[in-house]
Amino acid sequence: MYAQEVKSTGEAVKSLKEMSPEERAFQEKIDAGVKIEPKDWMPEGYRKTLIRQISQHAHSEIVGELPEGNWITRAPTLERKAILLAKVQDEAGHGLYLYCAAETLGVSRDEMTEQLLSGKAKYSSIFNYPTLTWADIGAIGWLVDGAAIMNQVPLQRCSYGPYSRAMIRICKEESFHQRQGYAIMMQLMKGDAAQREMAQDALNRWWWPSLMMFGPSDADSVHSAQSMAWKIKQNTNDELRQKFVDQTVPQAEFIGLKIPDPDLKWNEEKGGYDFGEIDWNEFHEVLKGNGPCNKERMEARRKAWNDGAWFRDGLMAHAKKRAAKKIAAE
Amino acid sequence: MPNADSRELALRMGDNCLILAQRLGAWCGHAPALEEDIALANTALDLIGQTRLWLGLAGEMEGGKSADDLAFQRDARAFRNCLLVEQPNGDYAHTLVRQFLFDAWHAPMLTGLMKSADPRVAEIAAKSIKEVDYHLERSTDLVIRLGDGSEESHARMQSALDDFYPFAGELLTPDAVDEALAEAGLALDLQSVRSAWRSHVAATLQEATLTAPVDAPVRKGGKQGLHSEALGYVLAELQWMQRAYPGAEW
Amino acid sequence: MSNEWPLWEVFIRGQHGLSHRHVGSLHAPDAEMAIKNARDVYTRRNEGVSIWVVKASDIAASSPEEKGPLFEPSNSKVYRHPTFYDIPDEVGHM
Repeated sequence: MYAQEVKSTGEAVKSLKEMSPEERAFQEKIDAGVKIEPKDWMPEGYRKTLIRQISQHAHSEIVGELPEGNWITRAPTLERKAILLAKVQDEAGHGLYLYCAAETLGVSRDEMTEQLLSGKAKYSSIFNYPTLTWADIGAIGWLVDGAAIMNQVPLQRCSYGPYSRAMIRICKEESFHQRQGYAIMMQLMKGDAAQREMAQDALNRWWWPSLMMFGPSDADSVHSAQSMAWKIKQNTNDELRQKFVDQTVPQAEFIGLKIPDPDLKWNEEKGGYDFGEIDWNEFHEVLKGNGPCNKERMEARRKAWNDGAWFRDGLMAHAKKRAAKKIAAE
Repeated sequence: MPNADSRELALRMGDNCLILAQRLGAWCGHAPALEEDIALANTALDLIGQTRLWLGLAGEMEGGKSADDLAFQRDARAFRNCLLVEQPNGDYAHTLVRQFLFDAWHAPMLTGLMKSADPRVAEIAAKSIKEVDYHLERSTDLVIRLGDGSEESHARMQSALDDFYPFAGELLTPDAVDEALAEAGLALDLQSVRSAWRSHVAATLQEATLTAPVDAPVRKGGKQGLHSEALGYVLAELQWMQRAYPGAEW
Repeated sequence: MSNEWPLWEVFIRGQHGLSHRHVGSLHAPDAEMAIKNARDVYTRRNEGVSIWVVKASDIAASSPEEKGPLFEPSNSKVYRHPTFYDIPDEVGHM
């Protein structure tokens, strides 16, 4: 998902008996559904895992502005332009809420930014794919935001108060994102042959990367158990991926799009679709930095940060001058 | 007698909003701070909304064209925006100074247009002014803070001011169309906008410790469709989809 | 020394006249800019009519260890709650 490979403590989940009294009290609170707040005692592993997860999520929102943002100046109508700009702006806002949530755990936004720009911190693999046509804007809204919502809705109930509250606000604001994407695809499928082809081509390119957003298969995911015990992850990767496929296939069929998977088949017994094998090699390559746009995305973020230093420092310098004047006047 | 009806006025207002919004939209995701990214997008969104109102009115007077028809189907020579708004974004100082010089004109202009003899014009102006008052407040504040900020922010703001100040004259100097519009009671006399602009800009620059260039030559022509080379590239990007797929709906 | 803009907590009063409510935080160089940023960040959907900002470092908060002594005494004062009193249905709404 937006946080696909969050390294956890790497240790096995302790049973209540093995825990120290503090740890036990903490775990019992979580089990009882009581939210953990910034000043509460928490195990160091919980704090660290959360910082990684929330900051990855925040970085994904910020880097996620780029692939869609580059279509703002080319959007085909004034209304589409306004919608797209409002949506990308929302993503900046969501990044902001999430950075603030992570800051309550004792890390600064500047530190997190440094980690992103140095390549130490990860962000979702999905944003390393290029947006080549207008239909990609539709596909991203429909598939990428659709997949994100699937993950974010349960996170509203996560055990850490500030994260849960940020997710509640984000989910509320994001409700239009997926719909605007699907509306773009619907309009294209109502159009001429070139437009329909554009839509199908976008689905072909974004389908598999969207499925990868949910992260490695549960069998290969080493970090899930502890995160689930801590309720900072509510569902397994495979559960959410299955739910996404089941939800999306009929939506594609409804407008006449074909999912690019020859193995896709309804399975009556499990009440869901069977689907083909994901190319995990591609996933790991993209996460490692070898995706089609990793380099461009990082360069864009570094440039924004470096070019903006004088602006941030200049405003700080002015604020200090003003404060000094105020003190002198008193 | 030049063509001085509400259509010409709406084109001038709408094209300014459209081209500036187009410029601002390019910053989204690249601004110097997250909070600033969001704030600038708000300004751009306001301007897109205003574009739709102004070009909607102009199109209606052209026999039922839409705002989109006018935004995406005209060539550079038919655009009526001033040269200032089409100037490249440059560094963020240039973007802010361009915004400030424009807002300082836009706000008194809209305030005057609220009394236009054409109620459609007055209505759009009344709707827009609330947004533009805030644009001006924000850009004024940032010019003061960055002008009187660090050594580097001061130098960058001064250099942007030197570059863009010559383009402000076009907004404030009436041409034959402006005069005819004022005479017909459709728009206000630009002289009054000029004095409001001058006093606001002078007071702001003083507080910002910035100096307006003296005897800067006025760069103009946009209002008559004689643009700088920059506009062609703005339109190429803006209109590409509509040009590549004529008649398609999106 | 870090030159990072300080963190501000944002409180907004919505349209309906209720008290200011904590909505989140943001960074800004000073209070005035924090208010402007809050307007742009937290009222994009017409959420508010009044904004308060407080520097996060200026907030004094109760510590979790004090939770017992601070909040438990009021737990025992059930008579402060309307449901404590049994009023016959015949009396009507009260």
